[in-house]
Parts: sequence; structure tokens; C-alpha cells
Amino acid sequence: MFLQQIVNGLVIGGVYALFALGFTLIFGIHKIMNLAHGGIFMTGAFIGLYSVQAGLPLWLAFILAMIGAGLVSVIIEVTAFRRLRQSGEVEFSALISSIGANLVLVSIAQMLSKTQVLRFPFDTFPVVIFKVWGLRVSALQLAMAVLAILLVAGLSWYLYRTGFGRQVRAVAQNERAALLAGIRPSVIYFQTFMLSGMLAGAAGVLVGLAFNSIHFMMGDPFLLRGFVVVILGGLGSVAGALVASLGFGVLQTLSVAYLSSRLSDIIIFGLLFAVLLLRPNGLFGQDEAGVLRGRR
Amino acid sequence: MLLTVTDLHASYSGIRALAGVSLNVAQGEMVALIGPNGAGKSTLLNCISGIVRPGAGQIRVEEAELVRKPAWAIARMGILQSPEGRQVLPDMSVIENLRVGANALHGRRPTHDIQAVFRLFPILRERQEQLAGSLSGGQQQMLAIGRALMGGPRLLLLDEPSLGLAPVIVQQVFDALAQLRRDGMTILLVEQNARKALQVSDRAYVIEHGHVVAEGPSRRLAQDDGVIAHYLGTGGH
Repeated sequence: MFLQQIVNGLVIGGVYALFALGFTLIFGIHKIMNLAHGGIFMTGAFIGLYSVQAGLPLWLAFILAMIGAGLVSVIIEVTAFRRLRQSGEVEFSALISSIGANLVLVSIAQMLSKTQVLRFPFDTFPVVIFKVWGLRVSALQLAMAVLAILLVAGLSWYLYRTGFGRQVRAVAQNERAALLAGIRPSVIYFQTFMLSGMLAGAAGVLVGLAFNSIHFMMGDPFLLRGFVVVILGGLGSVAGALVASLGFGVLQTLSVAYLSSRLSDIIIFGLLFAVLLLRPNGLFGQDEAGVLRGRR
Repeated sequence: MLLTVTDLHASYSGIRALAGVSLNVAQGEMVALIGPNGAGKSTLLNCISGIVRPGAGQIRVEEAELVRKPAWAIARMGILQSPEGRQVLPDMSVIENLRVGANALHGRRPTHDIQAVFRLFPILRERQEQLAGSLSGGQQQMLAIGRALMGGPRLLLLDEPSLGLAPVIVQQVFDALAQLRRDGMTILLVEQNARKALQVSDRAYVIEHGHVVAEGPSRRLAQDDGVIAHYLGTGGH
């Protein structure tokens, strides 16, 4: 069932895209490599899970997880990055402080969960299978695909069709020119970190539902995969991250289905190596810059 | 006076750039700052814009003190700079660059809309959908000035608008500045091309090593022996 595996891969790839887009957004606009992104993703999954356990409906838990993860992301910006930004040299120092922020999130989750692997209660999401042209698509997969499409479309609309998005892109392309045009940087930072965190939180809940497993370390492999996706797509490139995520999802599903799950990572990282040999700036990267970047 | 700078001191990357500069610009006046490379002219503009924090001194626009205000707040007051080196937003179209400029309005009344900018720089109308990064140097300079105009300037600060441009383009830019002056725009112009700057402005200051060494009506400075010898070449015209 080759086609079935493609569909499964695209759905997972769409969720990877939610994770990777938030990561690449922060890098593309602020040049900050936010290594706490995995922790923010995990926080979203925990908020979603605890909200469902508290008896809230899943849709509300999903929204709370997005908002909660967005706020955590904003808090990290204020506490871990803002001071460093004012002193300049933010690229390297932010890398270190984001590792610290990630440790804080992971430790809190570890204490709360008592290092257990948690699961959503059975039938949190109704198990329904649709059959279309011989393909089996679960209602959960359908919901994941629809949500991923909606969120990515929403992000694109915000960035490319609104005045706020124009200000965000202005900061990404030339922070000084943006400042001289009266754009207030702290407002832009708030928006981008909120959006990035919300996307990560959404991805956290969807991954928790799809693999039915939520634990305090769940962010780490995603951060690594997020890296691959973002580098393959070209750092800072929204379209690149999207295409690379979908490709990643399909490739991973196919290699698990036809080869071995242990080979999956070897194939993925081998591919990363090959792409970087041929195109050092990624598939969509424009010489060291991306769609959002181009700052000087 | 619209702008009053009093005894301004500033360092830039550890080097003393301004050592007690005082100057003023009246409403509707076009004032030029001339002087050699590294004299502190750009640092002065960047102090006014809030990009560089002065070590001492005052910068007042009417009754408001600008020192220690953040750059975005100064821009929103209508103190707008077109920076040196045509800093456009390269991956945005001409139109989008101009719309970004309108952010500085923040509720104030505009002085120029997009059509007014196009009348001043007709080439931008032809290129309106093009990405700013693909424009020629002269077109980028025009766009940078246009972007500042979109923010409704009470005081327009222009940093080296002719830098690196071909003579015919320099003339187009200066024709536009002359037009702005006729329209009553208050302008502080930093320019290495002293001859052009003195032709187009009402008054001028000569800055050397962070000090004002000469000031006066541009027409008179253009005939000053010292200014001619140092900045206008021996011919005088």
C-alpha cells in the first residue's frame, strides 16, 4: 500500500511543519536559534493532556495548549533573550540561554509527570476510519491534516496579507530601517514568539494524539527533526520548511514501512548530508538568507 | 525653532564623533551639514533619530526632549530619517516599502500618500511591483526618501542621499529635494557633495572632527574662501 504510506507520511509531515515553521520563524526574523522550541512543544502537549484530564473537551484543550505554549514562548523571549538582545551578539548567547530555558521546561514536566509516559484517555478522539479510493484515513488523521493546513494558511495570511505581518517582515529584512519607520521591536518580538509557541503547542497536542504518548523528553527528537527540516528547507524560509516537512514525513513513513525503523534516521540524516553537499543553503535558501531574511 | 541641538557630545564605536555640536533648524527651512568623511555628520543624524545615544547634550524638537527616547518613538513623532546607503527592505515590493513607511504616522496626518511619492519620483511608479532589492542604486535611494515621506515628516533627516550615484541620478534626487523645499518641508541634509548641498539649502553648517567650524547662509558659505578651498575645489563652481 504505497499510496497509503504516502498519505500517512503527508499527515505526519503536516504536523512536523507546524513545529518547524515556528522554529524557522524565530530564526528567520530574529536570527535566534531557539533550542527551547522542543520544550515549548512538549509544554503544549502537557497542557492539552492535563486539560482533557480535567474534563475539558478536546477542542478547548487544543486551544488552551496553543495559548499556553504561546505564552511560555513569550516568557522565554522576555526572560532568556531580551537582555541578550540589548547587549548585542545575540546569536551565540541566545543558543546557550535557550538550552537553559529548555532544561527548566523539561525539569518541570519531569516533576509533574513523575517521569512517566502519559496518554490521552481512551476515545479522547473518536476512532473512525474513512475509506476513500481504497485508502484508509482515520478521523484523527483528517483532523490533523485540516488543522495543519488551516494553521499554515493562517500563518501565511498573517505574514503576507496583514499590516502586522508586513511589519514583521520589515524587521526580518532590515531591523534598522524598520526602527526608523516607527516599528516597535518589542511588539514584533511578542507577536513572533507568541505565534511560534502557538504552532509548537498545536503540534504537541497533535503528536501526543497521533502517537498516544506524552512525556517530558518528547521535544528532543522533534528539535533534531525540526533542525533537519529547517536546514533542508533553507533557514528562515517558510515555503522551504513546509516542503521539507512534508518530504520528511513521507520519507520517514516509507522507510519505516519498507525498510526498518532503525534505518529511518540514517536515511534522513544521510539525505541531509547529501543535500548540504549539493546545496549548502538548503533547497529554498537564498545565499545565507531566506524568504524572511535578507538583512544587512 | 523646530529643532535645537545644544552642546551634543557622542562617541561611536569608542571613537569620539561629536565634541559639543550646537545647531538649529527652523520650521520650513532646509539646512545642510557638510564636512569631510568621518566628521560626525551621520552620528549627529543618528543621535537625533535615537539610533546612537549621545554622551551629553540636548536635542529638542519644539518643546520635546529627544535624548533617551527610543528610535521608534522618535520616528512616530515625525522625525524621520532616510538612512545612508539606501536601506530599503529588499524582499518587499516598492509599494510595500512605502506602506511600511506609513507605520510611523501612528495617527498623525500624512503629508504624502503613495501617489505624491510617485509624482516626486516617477520611476518608482513604473517599478511599483518590483522587489526593492532589484532596483538600481538611484531608485533605492528615491525609495528610501519616499518611505520617510510616507511617515508624514515634520523634520526630514537625509543622510548622504547622493552617495555612490551617477551624476544624472544625483541631479534627479536634488531636483526632488528642491521640490520638497518649495513645498515647505523642513529638512536637515547631510551631504558630502558640498556644492550640491549648498545650492539646494537655505543655511549650512560645516562640521570637522566633531565641531562646527563654520555656519551661515548657504549662498555666503559657497563664497567663503575656506569652504571653497576645502570642499568645493579651487574653481569655486
